[in-house]
Amino acid sequence: MSGSKSVSETFVADHIATLPKSGIRAFFDLVNTMDDVISLGVGEPDFTTPWTIRESGIYSIERGHTAYTSNLGTPALRRRIAAYVERNYHARYNPATECIVTVGVSEAVDIALRAIINPGDEVIYSEPCYVSYPAEIRMAHGVPVPITTRVEEDFALSPEAVEAAITPRTKAVLFNFPCNPTGAVMPRDRLERLAEIAQRHNLLVLTDEIYSELTYEGEHVSIASLPGMKERTIFLHGFSKAFAMTGWRVGYACGPAPLIDAMMKIHQYAIMCAPTVAQEAAIEALDNGESAMGEMRESYRERRDFFVAGLNRIGLECRMPQGAFYAFPSIRSTGLDCTEFASQLLQLEHVAVVPGVAFGPGGEGFVRCCYAASREELAEALVRMERALKIMRKR
Amino acid sequence: MKNELIKILRENARMPLEEIASRLNAEPVAVAAAMDELEKEGVICGYTVVLNEAMLPDAAVKALIEVKITPRREGGFDSAARRIAKFPEVTDLILVSGSFDLLLTVTGRSLQEVANFVAAKLATIDGVLSTSTGFMLRKYKESGKIMQDDEDYERLKVCF
Repeated sequence: MSGSKSVSETFVADHIATLPKSGIRAFFDLVNTMDDVISLGVGEPDFTTPWTIRESGIYSIERGHTAYTSNLGTPALRRRIAAYVERNYHARYNPATECIVTVGVSEAVDIALRAIINPGDEVIYSEPCYVSYPAEIRMAHGVPVPITTRVEEDFALSPEAVEAAITPRTKAVLFNFPCNPTGAVMPRDRLERLAEIAQRHNLLVLTDEIYSELTYEGEHVSIASLPGMKERTIFLHGFSKAFAMTGWRVGYACGPAPLIDAMMKIHQYAIMCAPTVAQEAAIEALDNGESAMGEMRESYRERRDFFVAGLNRIGLECRMPQGAFYAFPSIRSTGLDCTEFASQLLQLEHVAVVPGVAFGPGGEGFVRCCYAASREELAEALVRMERALKIMRKR
Repeated sequence: MKNELIKILRENARMPLEEIASRLNAEPVAVAAAMDELEKEGVICGYTVVLNEAMLPDAAVKALIEVKITPRREGGFDSAARRIAKFPEVTDLILVSGSFDLLLTVTGRSLQEVANFVAAKLATIDGVLSTSTGFMLRKYKESGKIMQDDEDYERLKVCF
């Protein structure tokens, strides 16, 4: 290979060819070759979908509900989504025109960005963040503008930093709180300052609240509920995390009708509709799934308290994350960078964590540990990590 | 704390004290004290094991028996029920509403043994009007635990 492209490669679009693959593919491949690995590297619940929801999916298939639904999603599901969002997030949407059901919240983020970005438009987003955001902005021919959140501020987004990054090309601000990978939440006062900035600079806000039910202390506030924000906010959510439904692929977006209509066009041509079975299971989640969700949340909270205390005890400094199911400890005391730390931890003790840089350069110095693992696994992971730390510090 | 503690014990009565304490955000001594109290109050009557007996080499025979009784002028159903409960063969006994009065689980080493117990002891007790015996063929679930649950499947080891 002399760096020259094969014939087939020349067909790949420039903006896709230059799109970086996740930088830690090799690390992931290594994890998958090991049998006895304790993985804190996942990004999903360790619960199976509550039975009442699964049973509804089975019933849907039994009744032969196997055809397309309307592009926006079934009216029955949209009505329930609107009611759920109003009850829990205090933002009111018309289910007929202001809600769209998507293939996971990932699709909702993607079509929202594609619906709003003109080539060269800038989208400010908080980083470390879910790996898709900068890639999706680029694929929509936008310019990603990351704002690094800091451990000293518990990884909350600084409204002032956002304002400082605004240029005439800035179109929107995108964030995800509670945050994957940091577990951070956004306090109300910061959201209020951000709302004021968005209004003053005429920006749109995309808020991915996929982890919002998994908020352990205090209230979860949606920026969509703040005065004057509904008309300039797209609220993005789904069933994957709170209802343990990652494999069903069902999410949604709520927002002003013209924006939902624009998103619907992309969704209609690219996807047609979210899976019918998943939509009908999602109805059951909203009708009868909330008590099971409450129990799962409590279980995550218990494991968080246990695991974060353990991390600090073995010498990996970690602030208490207020949401999601991730701990994001600093590994700086080892003198290693996060990729080297994760690699050594995997090879020495077969514990998998995700290097913070996978979520953007601002994640350097940290690793993401998902505590949605069994208590026994978490305890064993801490024992192994402590052993590995002793070796790393002697080297 | 007691309600939360009971919820945990229902799920796993063998959970180490330290773990219960950390789940309840309490000190282990406080948890132990609460458990003692629940035992003394008679709320907790014992700690037992949930078995899939079909997997044991010499599986016991179990029967569910519906019993109709004549309530006594004094003591109602209590006197007959208490008397029946004393038999070690009777492993569970509850008073129910509906077309019969008591529902029993009777455990024996063989079908014959259970049948003998019903005929010779249970049916002859003063106040017992009739019995209807159903031998247990297969157990699917007990105390919230599904027998031979085969839900494990391989998840991704790492993902974002």
